[in-house]
Amino acid sequence: MSSPAITLDHVSKIYRRYGGRQFSTLKSALLSGDLVRKLRPEETFQALKDVSFTVPKGCTYGVVGRNGSGKSTALKLVAGITKPTIGTVTVEGRISALIELGAGFHPEISGRENVFINGIMLGLTKKEITKRFDEIVEFAELTQFIDAPVKTYSSGMYMRLGFAVAIHVDPDVLLVDEVLAVGDEGFTHKCLDKFGEFKRRGKTILLVTHSLGLVERFCDEAVWLDAGEKKAEGDPTRVVGTYVTDVARQEERFLAASDEKAQHDAGGTGQATPTGPVTTEDHFGDMNQAGEGRWGSGGVQIASVDFQDATGQSTHVFHTGESMRVILGVKASAPVRDFVFGIGLFTADGAMVYGTNTDIEELESDRLEGEATVTLTVESLDLVEGTYKLDVAVHKRDGAPYDYHRLLHTFRVKSRIKDGGIYRPKHRWNFSTAIRFKPPK
Amino acid sequence: MWHNLGQLLRYRGLIQSLVARELKARYRGSMLGFFWSFVNPLLLLLIYSFVFAHILQNRTEGVQPYAVFMFTALLPWTWFQSSLNEATGSLIAGGNLIKKVLFPAEILPIVTILSNMVHFLLGLPILIGFMVWYKVTPDWPQLPWFFVIVAIQFVFTLALALLLSAIAVHFRDVRDLVSNLLTFWFFATPIIYWYKPLFNEFPWYKKYFDANPFTHLAISYQEILFFDGGFGHWQWLLALGGVSVVLFLAAYWVFDRLRDSFSEAV
Repeated sequence: MSSPAITLDHVSKIYRRYGGRQFSTLKSALLSGDLVRKLRPEETFQALKDVSFTVPKGCTYGVVGRNGSGKSTALKLVAGITKPTIGTVTVEGRISALIELGAGFHPEISGRENVFINGIMLGLTKKEITKRFDEIVEFAELTQFIDAPVKTYSSGMYMRLGFAVAIHVDPDVLLVDEVLAVGDEGFTHKCLDKFGEFKRRGKTILLVTHSLGLVERFCDEAVWLDAGEKKAEGDPTRVVGTYVTDVARQEERFLAASDEKAQHDAGGTGQATPTGPVTTEDHFGDMNQAGEGRWGSGGVQIASVDFQDATGQSTHVFHTGESMRVILGVKASAPVRDFVFGIGLFTADGAMVYGTNTDIEELESDRLEGEATVTLTVESLDLVEGTYKLDVAVHKRDGAPYDYHRLLHTFRVKSRIKDGGIYRPKHRWNFSTAIRFKPPK
Repeated sequence: MWHNLGQLLRYRGLIQSLVARELKARYRGSMLGFFWSFVNPLLLLLIYSFVFAHILQNRTEGVQPYAVFMFTALLPWTWFQSSLNEATGSLIAGGNLIKKVLFPAEILPIVTILSNMVHFLLGLPILIGFMVWYKVTPDWPQLPWFFVIVAIQFVFTLALALLLSAIAVHFRDVRDLVSNLLTFWFFATPIIYWYKPLFNEFPWYKKYFDANPFTHLAISYQEILFFDGGFGHWQWLLALGGVSVVLFLAAYWVFDRLRDSFSEAV
C-alpha cells in the first residue's frame, strides 16, 4: 500500500445549533452586555464521532450510510470547507470537490464566463482553462448554448456544466458527493468512464453515494458511517452487505410499527360495522375501489396477521424466491358454518398482483369455532423488489364480511437483481456456442 | 492571520474575475448597459443640485457653483455607502459559495468594494465634465493626493466591511442597522453643506466633525478638487490613513477568528 492520500485521524465534528439565538438580536445581545456570551452555542450536534480512516493513493473509496449519518460532513472536512472539532484531517495533492455542482455560477452571465470563473474558484489558472475549454464544453454537451446566460439552462444542463468544470480541474484527489444522478443515462455513463479514467491514472477518489451497486462495482474499499460513527470498513462487498442487512432490519422494525398503527387506526378489534358496499359477484373488483381500513360484522375476527419466513421467523422483509407464510389468527364468538378465507395481494400503487380465497379454490366450509389459525404458504415469492400490501378477509360465501382488513398489512421484497415489472417467472438463459459472456466476477 | 493575508494575493485572479463578473452581471439585460454607470451619478447630481441650488436656494458664499462642490464629496460617499450596504450582506448572499467551494470568504466583501469602486471611477468623468462646464479648476499641484485619498478610503471601507460582514453572519439585524446608520452618517458629514461657516458659528461642533472619519475624506476631496489654496488637511488625512490600517488589521483579525463559523452559520 502506497502512502495515504487522505487521512482522518480520530475526527469528531460538532455542529452548534443556536437554539434561541436565531431570534435574538444584536440589540438584545448588546443590552445583555455580552455579545460573545450570546455567540456561544446552546445545543450541539455531533455529526462525526471519533472517525478514523485512511485512503491510500490511487484508491477509490466509497462512503455509504443513511441520510444524516455524517457522510457529507466527512466529505466537507476532507475538502477543507469545514474544520474538524477534534482530530486532524490531512490530504495530499490538489483536491476537487463535486459537492454542489455549479455552486458558484452566476445566473446572469454566459456559460462561457461561468466556466472561467468556476474554474478559477476551483484553483485553475486562466491559461489552463483556455486550454481545456473546448473539452469542458464538449463534455457537458453544451456547445450550442455556451454563450447563453446560465439562467436559461435547464437544471440538467446546469449540473452537467458544473460537473464538467469540476472534473477537468484534474485533481489528485476527487471528492464526489451523490452527483451521478445529474444527467440522463448517457451522461451518467460518461461520468463513470471519466471516473474510470481517473482510476487508471492512479488518482484518488472519495465517493459518497447511496448507489450501493456503484460502490460494489467501483470502489476498492469502503466505509459505512452510521449516526456519525464508523460501523464497518474494508472490502466494499462486505461493507455494503453489512449495511444492507442493517437497513433491512430497520425497515422490518418500521413496517411492523406501521402495520400496528394501520390496524390501530382502522378500529382495533373488529367491532366495526360493515360500511362499504359489498356485492356477491366481483368481490375483488369492488374491493379494489375501497381505501384501506377494516370492516365487517365481527362474527369472526382476524385477531392477528403474521408474516413468517421459511424458518418460522416473523419478518416483514423477504427476498425474491424465498417462501413466505401468512398466518392468520382467527376467533369466532359463536360457531359459524358459512365462512370463506381470502387474501388479496397488491403493489404499493394499488395494482392487484394476486387474489384468491377458499371458496374460489373450492373448499367448502363446514365449521369454525373458537380460536384457530389459518396458514397460507407461498412456496416461492416470485415478485420483483418493492413494497406490497396485503388484504386478508373472512366473509360469508355471499360476500358479507365478518372481518375485512383492507390494505392493512405491508411487506417488502428485496432483490439483488433490479429487474422490472411485478412478477419474476422462474427462468433461465441458454446461448448457443457463438455467444460468450465474460465469467462472473 | 498573516498567512491568510498572504494567501489573498494568490487569489487576485479570482478577485479580478469576480469583479468583472459583478459588473457584467449588473447591466446584463439592460438596454443602456454600462452606460448606466455614467447615467446614475449624472441623475444623482442633477437631483441634488436641483433641490439644493434651486429649491432650497443654497447661496453659501465660497461654495459656488454649489453643484460641483457637493458632487466632489458626494461621489466618494456613494462609493462608501453602497460598498458597506452591499458588503454587509455579502457573506450571507454568497453563502452557497462559502458552504460548497473552498475559497477565502473575505474575497466576497473585497469584490463588493472593488466593483463599487469601478462605478465610482466611472462617475469621475461626470464630475470632470461639470468642473469643465462651470470652469472649476482643481488644485493642480496637489492632484496626486487624490490617489492617496482613494487608497485610504479603500482601506477604511474594507476594514468596516470585513467587520460588518462577519458580524452580520451571526446577527442579521446588522444589515438594517447599517443602512440606517449610513443615512445618519451622511448628514453628519459635511458633504452637502460646508463645514467652515458652521465652525465659526458653533465652535463646539468641531470636535464632533473631527471624530467623524469621513469628514476628513470629504474635506480632502473638496480641498483638492474644488477649493483653491492648497491642501491644508493632509495631516488629518494621513492620521486617518494610519487609523485605517490599524482598524483593518483589527477587523481582519476578528474576521479570521470568526471564519470557521461562516460555513455553518450562513
